[in-house]
Amino acid sequence: MAGRGVTWLGTPTFPKAARTALADTQLRTNLRNATTTIRGKRAGAVAELPDWEPLRLAGEAIKDEVLADLGTYLERLEAAVTARGGVVHWARDAVEANEIVLRLTREAGADEVVKIKSMATAEIGLNEALAEGGVQAVETDLAELIVQLGEDRPSHILVPAIHRNRSEIREIFRREMPDVPEDITDEPRELAEAARRHLRQKFLTAKVAVSGANFAVADSGSVVVVESEGNGRMCLTLPETLITVMGIEKVVPTWSDLEVFLQLLPRSSTAERMNPYTSVWTGVTPGDGPKNFHLILLDNGRTDTLADTVGRQALRCIRCSACLNVCPVYERTGGAAYGSVYPGPIGAILTPQLLGEDVDKQARSLPYASSLCGACFEVCPVRIDIPEVLVHLRAEAVQAKNKTSPEAVAMAALAWAMGDARRWAAAQKAAGIGRLLSRGGRITSLPWPGSKWTSSRDLPAPPKETFRAWWRRTRG
Amino acid sequence: MLGRIRAALADRPGPVTVPRDYDRTREAADPLALLAERIEDYRAVVHRVDAAGLPGRIATSLAARGARRMAAPVDLPTSWLAPEVTWRPDTDQSLTIDELDGIDGVLTGCAVAVAETGTLVLDAGEAQGRRVLTLLPDYHLCVVRADQVAVSLPEALARLDGTRPLTFVSGPSATSDIELNRVEGVHGPRTLEVVIVTGG
Repeated sequence: MAGRGVTWLGTPTFPKAARTALADTQLRTNLRNATTTIRGKRAGAVAELPDWEPLRLAGEAIKDEVLADLGTYLERLEAAVTARGGVVHWARDAVEANEIVLRLTREAGADEVVKIKSMATAEIGLNEALAEGGVQAVETDLAELIVQLGEDRPSHILVPAIHRNRSEIREIFRREMPDVPEDITDEPRELAEAARRHLRQKFLTAKVAVSGANFAVADSGSVVVVESEGNGRMCLTLPETLITVMGIEKVVPTWSDLEVFLQLLPRSSTAERMNPYTSVWTGVTPGDGPKNFHLILLDNGRTDTLADTVGRQALRCIRCSACLNVCPVYERTGGAAYGSVYPGPIGAILTPQLLGEDVDKQARSLPYASSLCGACFEVCPVRIDIPEVLVHLRAEAVQAKNKTSPEAVAMAALAWAMGDARRWAAAQKAAGIGRLLSRGGRITSLPWPGSKWTSSRDLPAPPKETFRAWWRRTRG
Repeated sequence: MLGRIRAALADRPGPVTVPRDYDRTREAADPLALLAERIEDYRAVVHRVDAAGLPGRIATSLAARGARRMAAPVDLPTSWLAPEVTWRPDTDQSLTIDELDGIDGVLTGCAVAVAETGTLVLDAGEAQGRRVLTLLPDYHLCVVRADQVAVSLPEALARLDGTRPLTFVSGPSATSDIELNRVEGVHGPRTLEVVIVTGG
């Protein structure tokens, strides 16, 4: 069964969305500044560790070890969490996971939950599902709050409101936060303070919190959340009931394996030696933190992804977002163009795989949202060969289409022309006519069927003379 | 779901050997100096004192901060309890959320510190109390003994019990969500002050 239920925005296909994004100069400026800054800082943080490559290799291998025997590790995790007073639930897809959260929230007698930013709950559209069931989900991470109040979509895994600048954020707060001071400026310090005041009472009175998990340890049952602001700690310790939704690939075998990932993750994502707060808890601890702990193990397309021997490496991802910050395509289009909660290079391989067989046109366009330059693989802390998976998914997409697809027609025509020297010479001569269509050495729009190519790419104008013609003229 | 996992792994990927040739231990010429430098990088205040100087340092810090009412784990060493301050011990988790929200600060020890990353780890053990104590007050003063300092993260994790409720603290609460400007203090304590006690 395909993994239905991934948040899908219904945006146009990537090439169309990218054209719109490229025309937004404010967006491009914000993104360029952000990605350039994070890139530089990350390189510095990584260079500080002399054993960075061995850590990457270990990270890759630990994740592969988990995936190769995933069932065993998940059962071990379930046993450890249960032994310490937690309750484990298995959810096949978004619908099941959302139903479990809604039921547990109602059982706790709450109509509001506080949330720490979580990719898994964004993926399953939890906030919308809870709203339908009469429960309001309050995002407490500053950037997620900005996105939620702005009725907007996140554009980056780590800094979801990176597309917004300070004056836009000030306007959103003035419009949507009832208790915001009239004379608030656009100073980041003041804006953060406003968010603090806005959320404080919610934290202190919340009965139920929902979180994701960065890691869970099979042997001990320890669950780990990595964050900066302390909103995570608020959610993880103050309410009576804590519900954690975790993708099944997040499990690691032993406690000491965290020594690898807690070094790889902060330096790759925020370019810090360590993020301000990391919380670890195991089941429930009497007198300290929530009285009820529920862990939901989420499939939602992950077992389908696991079945693809090339594509399964995407499940190693620890959601650091380093690949976004080095990607020339992401830098120019931003996250929204990908139409998925997972943008950038990792989104281009993860989203279509999680969606499975019934992928729509938007998801099918994502493996093409790349220049295949390989920068994403270079920075990936768990060595996911994203270009390899992109090419693999492109091949699958081409195969899935019928033989009259533009690619198939073009390739068949090319094979025919190249199969004979005279035909090839004639074809090259004919191509020279293409110069008439070019402006400044680029062809931006060809008549059909060439339009299929130029709708998302420019074509270099053919040269005045082919190499073969030049050779005959000068050496012949 | 387990059946689907088994079916997905029909190609029977072999067991993986994890290469562990990264640095599990690392040397530092002066781990305490490294810890101080790395914590200061997070814009937290750091002091280094010998054991005899600790009570005086605590009293000076609290006075400088104007902290008059302080929350305290029940098992805080009595020599840490500066006499000018009203101490509110968390006997039987008696401090309410509202009380903690309105208090001037909290004083704790820690379980382990990581010199390379400037990280303090609290495990709800001796002189630390439950997690919420260091979360709601806006000011956290933390005492680190020299023997609690590990150089690298792997060394620190080896000393910890993963089944205890753990909080890793690296600098004060911070956000970079607005144009990547770092702002200290969002929901957790805005001020982190650390006293490193040299000589054990």
